[in-house]
Amino acid sequence: MEPTDRRYSKEHEWAKLDEGLAVVGITHYAQEQLGDIVYVELPQAGDTLRQFESFGIIESVKAASDLWAPISGEVVAVNEELVDRPELVNEDPYEGGWMLKVHPQDESEMGALMTAEEYGALLKTLEE
Amino acid sequence: MTEPLLFELSSPGRVGCRLPELDVPETALPEKSLRRELPLPELSEREVAQHFTRLSQLNFSVDTGFYPLGSCTMKYNPKLHEEVARFPGFAHIHPWQSESTVQGALQLMYELQEYLAEITGLPGVSLQPVAGAHGELTGMLIVRAYHLEHGDEGRTVVLVPDSAHGTNPATASMCGYEVVTVSSDPRGNTDVGELGRLMDETVAGLMLTNPNTLGLFEEHILQVTEIVHEAGGLIYCDGANMNALLGIASTGELGTDVLHLNLHKTFSTPHGGGGPGAGATAVTEELTPFLPTPVAARREERESTAALTEYYLDYERPHSIGPVSGFYGNFGVMVKAYAYLRSLGERGLREVSENAVLNANYLLEQLKGYYHLPYDRPCLHECVFSGKAQANLGVHTVDIAKRLIDLGFHPPTVYFPLIVDEALMIEPTETESLETLDAFVTAMRQIAREAESEPELVRGAPRTTPVTRLDEATAARKPNLKWQG
Repeated sequence: MEPTDRRYSKEHEWAKLDEGLAVVGITHYAQEQLGDIVYVELPQAGDTLRQFESFGIIESVKAASDLWAPISGEVVAVNEELVDRPELVNEDPYEGGWMLKVHPQDESEMGALMTAEEYGALLKTLEE
Repeated sequence: MTEPLLFELSSPGRVGCRLPELDVPETALPEKSLRRELPLPELSEREVAQHFTRLSQLNFSVDTGFYPLGSCTMKYNPKLHEEVARFPGFAHIHPWQSESTVQGALQLMYELQEYLAEITGLPGVSLQPVAGAHGELTGMLIVRAYHLEHGDEGRTVVLVPDSAHGTNPATASMCGYEVVTVSSDPRGNTDVGELGRLMDETVAGLMLTNPNTLGLFEEHILQVTEIVHEAGGLIYCDGANMNALLGIASTGELGTDVLHLNLHKTFSTPHGGGGPGAGATAVTEELTPFLPTPVAARREERESTAALTEYYLDYERPHSIGPVSGFYGNFGVMVKAYAYLRSLGERGLREVSENAVLNANYLLEQLKGYYHLPYDRPCLHECVFSGKAQANLGVHTVDIAKRLIDLGFHPPTVYFPLIVDEALMIEPTETESLETLDAFVTAMRQIAREAESEPELVRGAPRTTPVTRLDEATAARKPNLKWQG
């Protein structure tokens, strides 16, 4: 079961509201599918994200994929630790492997994302 | 690794060659250009020859074993063609020689263009592109030139099915187009309904890989080309999978406007080592004026009663997109393709594809039931399985691939196409015997059994190679790219 304190996109990113900021990362399923992650390319503080548009690139030994913003807003912080330790995304996708903190443009965009329960149901269909 | 680096073999003062005595006045190099420290390995010629020969023997190659690397057509290429390409009349000519002194080479280029036109059903051919993706780029630049020539500047989008080769969206992007993906339907075809909804006057064309990366022939190809043509778009067909269609399907008749061929790969040049290649590009009559300059041409001159045939390079092409590489492309690859076509003939060429398709379907039938087959219908030159069932046992496609190395085979392409989970893409090609295919089937079935009974054995493979399982993650995270001294 995925953490219930956040919302999920069908591209397997999550967003969690925390003291007026949205923390963004990828899900356990996403990191598992990618395999060993070797590189994460993230925007800089001050950059603007638009919901469901690409905001960066993640590379594993298997593939390179776009990262898709679960929410619109301005980037206020980037997880600098991922530069030297991209494996944090594998080890701890929901906490230590977070990617961005975003000042959301419109918190109601969270409504377009799935609850943990809905996302869990999506994962079930993918496993079939 | 069993073979040390040249640096580790180095012995101070040892030399590999002796220069002749100086017979010109000695001039010192400028002081600022001199380096005091230049740690290069010092070895004798004997040691260098041994080192590189040993390295070459550690390698797996088409000449040493079965190489079913999907999408890559790793067929055996007759050695005779290498010899033909080295004939002095071909190998020792210079691109700036006058046309009258290279009539044979020009005739070969002209006739090769004609043969490729017949094979593809597309009358205009350029031999100039030097790689498959380069042929794609040439083709899409022609598509763009065609629309601009017609004053049609509003076409900014190129559609690419999700079953296409990965170079297709990259090519469209390089030509300045926005790429929009078209989904596949449950049978692995381009989703015709979705294509219809996406196709409008902003779309320059569709880049179709046929057969696609699932090894499946586009069942609604005529409908697909009609939808695109009706909205004013052009069809680019990625001909890298031509090994499935030679002498059987004329892509021109299926509605293709532009197609590239990989002369290396399909037409007998060993490949996979970074070149040289040749991405000959074929187009409809309507698009022929846009082909790169020059193209090989022929003229007949009547002299008294005898007709005199002369071959030349045609540069007078005002609508051309211009040259796409220096001179005429990779001529040696053309010679090999020509030799291949002349030695096979029409029937032989058809048999290439018939056997390539037969071999792939044989593997599909023999492995069905051992590995999950996501699109269960007859394939063309390759078949795509999923290692999903084994993954549920904790043995992933990468493990299956590594275990195959232990059993003496090059692995298939893995994790591609992306639309198949844990993909195993197997392309046997036409040059393998039934015994080889059976040995491969035996190995694949053995691995399927091992995944159930001895998963650790598969996960720990390979064990018999000079280097065993590589730590790819650490290699990518902390790359160690040069000798540290």
